[in-house]
Amino acid sequence: MKSFEEIVEILKNYFSDTSIEPKSDVKFEPYIIIPPQEIDKVCLFLRDNSELYFDSLVNLSAVDDFNGQKIKDEQGNEIMQGGTMSVYYHLESIKYRHKLLLRVITERDNPVVNSVTSVWNSSNWHEREAFDLFGIKFLNHPDLRRILMPYDWEFGYPLRKDYQNPEFYQGMKVPY
Amino acid sequence: MSVRTEEMVLNMGPQHPSTHGVLRLELTLDGEIITKVVPHIGYLHRCFEKHCEVMSYPQVIPYTDRMDYLAAMGNELGYVIGVEKLLRIQVPERVEYIRVIMAELQRIASHLVAIGTYGADIGAFTPFLYCFRDRERILNLFEITCGARLLYNYIWVGGLSHDLHPDFVRLTKEFIKEFKPNLRELNNLLTYNKIFIDRTANVGILPLETAINFGVTGPMLRASGLKWDLRKDDTYSVYNKFDFDIPIGEGKMGTVGDSWDRYYVRVLEMEESLKIIEQAIETLPDGDVTSAIPKKIKPPVGHVYSRVENPRGELGYFIISDGSTSPFRVKVRAPSFVNLQIMDELCRGHLVADVIAILGSVDIVLGEVDR
Repeated sequence: MKSFEEIVEILKNYFSDTSIEPKSDVKFEPYIIIPPQEIDKVCLFLRDNSELYFDSLVNLSAVDDFNGQKIKDEQGNEIMQGGTMSVYYHLESIKYRHKLLLRVITERDNPVVNSVTSVWNSSNWHEREAFDLFGIKFLNHPDLRRILMPYDWEFGYPLRKDYQNPEFYQGMKVPY
Repeated sequence: MSVRTEEMVLNMGPQHPSTHGVLRLELTLDGEIITKVVPHIGYLHRCFEKHCEVMSYPQVIPYTDRMDYLAAMGNELGYVIGVEKLLRIQVPERVEYIRVIMAELQRIASHLVAIGTYGADIGAFTPFLYCFRDRERILNLFEITCGARLLYNYIWVGGLSHDLHPDFVRLTKEFIKEFKPNLRELNNLLTYNKIFIDRTANVGILPLETAINFGVTGPMLRASGLKWDLRKDDTYSVYNKFDFDIPIGEGKMGTVGDSWDRYYVRVLEMEESLKIIEQAIETLPDGDVTSAIPKKIKPPVGHVYSRVENPRGELGYFIISDGSTSPFRVKVRAPSFVNLQIMDELCRGHLVADVIAILGSVDIVLGEVDR
């Protein structure tokens, strides 16, 4: 079992020219911030390193940080410009019983993150869900389709904080 | 002379009794052999996570009930543990004991549905009625406790909505006494039935490596031979005070990790749950169950991941608080959602009839898959 500081140390030694930014001054769960273009390489290393062996991706959650600039669009609805979106990865090693939380921060206006499906198959549907509800594009994902919303849904991403319901969907009035 | 052959696409569901809800499976067939399965989900999608963002923390609890509606107590427990972690509340011991009793009764009720409908799916109708008869008695116990039979809103942040009914302990003891022979009867009727074994043994074998990589948890993971149970391995509530075993698949009738193993692990887990309930009832402490309920729930800024072992696997809540009275974001790691991904892997190379046997052994609840 490795502590958070030891894991950070191992990562920093291996990825010397990547920004590995540990955040341990938060109240509950410390995490590491990884750049979105490096996340798949870091995850592959975390899984295959014999000292760490994170063989299981427990959870993957996308979050709309909603920290940009609030502006009004033509209809007078409040929308967000700029800011960031995050993806959180909860990892666990069944063999060594240690856990780790990774965070990827991407631009809200054009969210692109490398997919980790080649590392853990369990991330497949989680990433599809994040794409469906937040519009985060996962590069190299084998099957990036909508999963929970209808396939013909074209009215935006429901879990974004500034999401507005459409007036009609297939001829049906939506706020019925 | 050569015969022209081509693959055929067959839709199973969404309105099909053996898909346990509204699930559509798109099967690609080569003759009668399955070459590909694509699950289409989302028919029950109601965006629980969006609802959470506009409700206060206690108002979310009834909505958690409606995800895995066969194991509502477990859903409440997972959410409440997360909020209590954010608030740093210490819960009275009696509350923890009652929560464990309820969660374990719920586990038995849920496994009874899983086993009963599994039998019914592949042709054994009588065990289905026997299972529902016993489940009915558990629902009666829940009814005298909180008035509801399916969706309880019983476990609250910091406590419980009601204390136990004065008759609860007596009735639960009676239930346990009568349920044990019923379980033996069920084993004779279904578990060791020759036809049932022929349909399920060596069907849909899930190797351990694949299971871990696909994030499979719960009875499915244990049937593949790994002793992994959050009640022991990442203990919560007061589970560390009780003595119980974690049954794993041994390949008694076929190969480790086949459908029969997944079924049998559930049967054995019911016996272990009975052990926990017996111990908890014997040592149930006194106290007030509503004393620690906070008047105002306003957690500090931060994020927490809480998880419990639900009947279907690891149920996780990732809760982010922005310091207001409603959560900023709640992400649910639903066990059925993750477990359902494996369908393609399990079904390839089997017959169409085996899809039903495999899907039943995965034991999904669509309310939780779609949330």
